[in-house]
Amino acid sequence: MPRLARWFIKAGLLYFVLALITGVLLQARTVIDLPSWVNVLNPVYVHLLTVGWITQLIIGVAYWMFPKFSRERPRRSEKLSWAVFVLLNAGLILRIISEPRVTMRSEPDLGWMLAVSAVLQTTAGWLFVINTWARVKER
Amino acid sequence: MPRLSIWSIRAALIHLGIGFTLGGLMLFNKGITLDPSLWRLLPIHVEFVLLGWTVQLAMGVAFWILPRLQRTERYGNPTLAWIAFALLNGGVLAVAAGEWLDSPAWLILLGRSAELAAVAAFAIYIWPRVKPFGG
Repeated sequence: MPRLARWFIKAGLLYFVLALITGVLLQARTVIDLPSWVNVLNPVYVHLLTVGWITQLIIGVAYWMFPKFSRERPRRSEKLSWAVFVLLNAGLILRIISEPRVTMRSEPDLGWMLAVSAVLQTTAGWLFVINTWARVKER
Repeated sequence: MPRLSIWSIRAALIHLGIGFTLGGLMLFNKGITLDPSLWRLLPIHVEFVLLGWTVQLAMGVAFWILPRLQRTERYGNPTLAWIAFALLNGGVLAVAAGEWLDSPAWLILLGRSAELAAVAAFAIYIWPRVKPFGG
């Protein structure tokens, strides 16, 4: 398994654990008193699971197992794929940090972080599409 | 990779790109307000990333990697799988159009029904391929 695939999958596993911790917190607030920011974690929980875990696992496995682009460049652009990894994770981490604060209006000045997070994740998604497109082929 | 998988996975990639773009627009809008009505994109975003991307990718990869039927006709008769591909994409687009246009509920119902039929058709096609390799 190539190194970048391992990074994607291991990062995905970390988000998986983090997502389930968030899920436990969301449920625990109904039983015990927790800080108010826990109440607004639902979007973070969903995206830790769907982007951090599922999408990142798919990207890692596709990078590893999809048909080779060519003998010289089996995984097409390695640089582009590293860019996907960095942009996707930076975007997701920015979201985790800023979204609860912005939602609670405790720190509305952090709105720019959400905007940057959106641009980073969207760019990562399209770069993955561009780099993977030509590897979706017969051989 | 067989032709149907190529079509499914590429369609899934398009849904991923569009789904991420719609999600990105809403997230940007949450941080720096562009237009409050952008929240209307939420059900379309969910439809694209859940069914158009994740489900369709799984179906495309399953068609590619699950054990083949025979040496000669490795994929059997893939007509049902092609029907599933058409119904799934038609269904996702119908639901998205219905949500965006605030059209009568029947359009979204039609889309969801097409998605159901797609999954049923795919399950019927793929059922005999869920077997031991060489079996």
